[in-house]
Amino acid sequence: MLSKSEITTRRIFLKSSLGLGATFMAGCASGSDRGAGPQGTAPGGRSRVVIARDEKLRVGNSSPSQDGILKILDRALQTFFDRDQPGEAWKQLVRPGEVVGLKVNCLAGRGISTNRQLVDGICERLQQVGVRSIVIWDRLNADLESVGFKIVEGNAGIRCFGNDSAGYEQELAVYGNVGSLLSTTLTRICDAVINLPVLKDHGIVGVTGALKNMFGAIHNPNKYHLNVGDPYVADVNMLPAVRQKVRLSICDAITAQYEGGPSFMPQWAWPYNGLIVARDPVALDYTCWQIIERKRAEKGMESLGRVKREPVYISTAADSRHQLGTCDPTKIQVVET
Amino acid sequence: MKFPNPPAMKFERAWFDLGGVNRRNFLKAMSLPCLAVACKAACRAAPAEASPAADADARYVAEARFYEKLPYKKIKCKLCPRECVIDDHERGYCGVRENRGGTYYTLVYSRVVAMNVDPIEKKPFFHFLPGSTAFSIATAGCNVNCKMCQNWQISQVRPEQIQATYMPPEQVAAQAARNACPVIAYTYSEPVVFSEFMIDAAAAGRAAGLKSVVVTGGYVQLEALKKICSAVDAIKVDLKGYSQKFYKEVVNGELKPVLDALVNMRKQGVWTEIVCLVVPTLNDSDEEFKGLARWVKTELGPDVPLHFSLFHPEYLLTNLPPTPISTLERAKAISDAEGLHYVYIGNVPGHPAESTYCPNCRQVLVRRTGFIVTDVRLKKGRCPNCQTVIPGIWS
Repeated sequence: MLSKSEITTRRIFLKSSLGLGATFMAGCASGSDRGAGPQGTAPGGRSRVVIARDEKLRVGNSSPSQDGILKILDRALQTFFDRDQPGEAWKQLVRPGEVVGLKVNCLAGRGISTNRQLVDGICERLQQVGVRSIVIWDRLNADLESVGFKIVEGNAGIRCFGNDSAGYEQELAVYGNVGSLLSTTLTRICDAVINLPVLKDHGIVGVTGALKNMFGAIHNPNKYHLNVGDPYVADVNMLPAVRQKVRLSICDAITAQYEGGPSFMPQWAWPYNGLIVARDPVALDYTCWQIIERKRAEKGMESLGRVKREPVYISTAADSRHQLGTCDPTKIQVVET
Repeated sequence: MKFPNPPAMKFERAWFDLGGVNRRNFLKAMSLPCLAVACKAACRAAPAEASPAADADARYVAEARFYEKLPYKKIKCKLCPRECVIDDHERGYCGVRENRGGTYYTLVYSRVVAMNVDPIEKKPFFHFLPGSTAFSIATAGCNVNCKMCQNWQISQVRPEQIQATYMPPEQVAAQAARNACPVIAYTYSEPVVFSEFMIDAAAAGRAAGLKSVVVTGGYVQLEALKKICSAVDAIKVDLKGYSQKFYKEVVNGELKPVLDALVNMRKQGVWTEIVCLVVPTLNDSDEEFKGLARWVKTELGPDVPLHFSLFHPEYLLTNLPPTPISTLERAKAISDAEGLHYVYIGNVPGHPAESTYCPNCRQVLVRRTGFIVTDVRLKKGRCPNCQTVIPGIWS
């Protein structure tokens, strides 16, 4: 669980940043980043995770408004990169002319999938910083359509299609215990990917967040749910194309679910009304896991460990072999804004 | 589409082509005549109807027969020992069975991705109609994930990721008959995962006077196995090794359920043969060979044929060399010494251990070179020299 001391408000964070006078290099070569470093590092080498919430974003079963989502998106990105303007924040992430993929998660249908309004907001901001080619993608066209995306193929503009349209590489990508064919959307079409998972429980691997969402980039995810997904989830994220192209994770936690996933189970969903942003997918997943554990405890449910679903793949992703990020809470700076 | 030439004498490979399967390529391929399926040119099956790429095609979807419903629209698959618990819209480990709103469906009914006319020796069956041909078919999918899989391009993909031909059970039987095959073989991938289709196709074949044989990993639950046994005439089990460690680390499965299935096949009275693909350094110790041979003799009897096959580097084990022939000969020597009557060496064309010998007088009964049967001396299932009964299905 995250302790109070591990959570930093934006004000405290800005104060400490100013106090240290630290500047960090951004992941892309476009310039300096006063906020997160290449791996989303915060002062002291910690991984930064920004949580932006607006409790009025979604009330009851209402859909979140486009404006509301755009506001917390801007707040999250500006905080993460420590920029005053949204465009300045996005410039730390992408360059004009790049093809940017948005890896959404639509498996569970309209109840708990990456919100269209969030995707629209990201597209708007990307276009404002000169990105003309955006690909919204997931495994299947049918999954995308089920949550309201319209399939658009072609060569430019905002496109949207599943791996079943784009196809897979013919050569296996192999790491550790994983051997998979990768989606050509990832390998050939996109220069960069923004990972857009949702915050939810998973009946086999415990939690599905940023790391698990990349199962949508391989042809055989059904093979890698054994042993609570360990080490498979971590191994998939070690595949070079995944590791090199995913630049940021923005977890859609507007609606979250603490039990019964990955399917949408309204009785176990709640309006978290937030976005969780990190460059370090391990830190993000660890943070998501703790949020789910807190909610389970609040609802009188056993921890995921007690029900044999502790997402141990998160610590595997952080081990010396994988080094995909950190799940050490003392090395994660959670900034709430 | 391009069709690769077959490597000579490889282990029961399927004909397929996953090459760049996407909607665009698929449509392109569909515009070419007679290339509807990954089918060997030598297969004279009539051009079958090509499938559209969309997996939504209802022709391939049928309710699964081996599962139970759980609360919250979940299901538990009862086909194989894995017993996947599957959420709505999700699939099991095999990737070819899907929960749709709390009802479980197979997505590969009549969805043939590979078909070929093979010698029965290629399966291999050595005690089942020697010299006959088998109309051999497969769908996508498998319930294990062997690192040495020789057919991973069809066994480790989802149905919608590979081109298929719609071939309902009656058409399978008709195609076999048209190709003058007395046998239908369910092979190449893992027939257990297309059990419903296989059972119905075998019934259609039986009605047409054809026999059916299965090539399987034997990772299956008893109820499903009984249905399969009653529908087919012979089963060849790929017993991947004789250690749980190997099954866990290399196969992604378990040994015990496979051993249990073998015992049950014998109880059901279906003709059974066993193949062990010998992978250098991973399942080739004397202890394993000895343990395997002892178990076969004790639990199944000394007359069950046991084939030790040569491994080719494939899939996730491309770092290993092919099995040395001396290793296969060592495996055979150990098994012979344990008292098994019919121990063969496979994937080594021309090796004397490809032929069948009388366990009593050592006379050659069926002489083979590779998949070709050059001489059959059996007389009504007996050794012509000493009259020893040779177990098998010979006519």
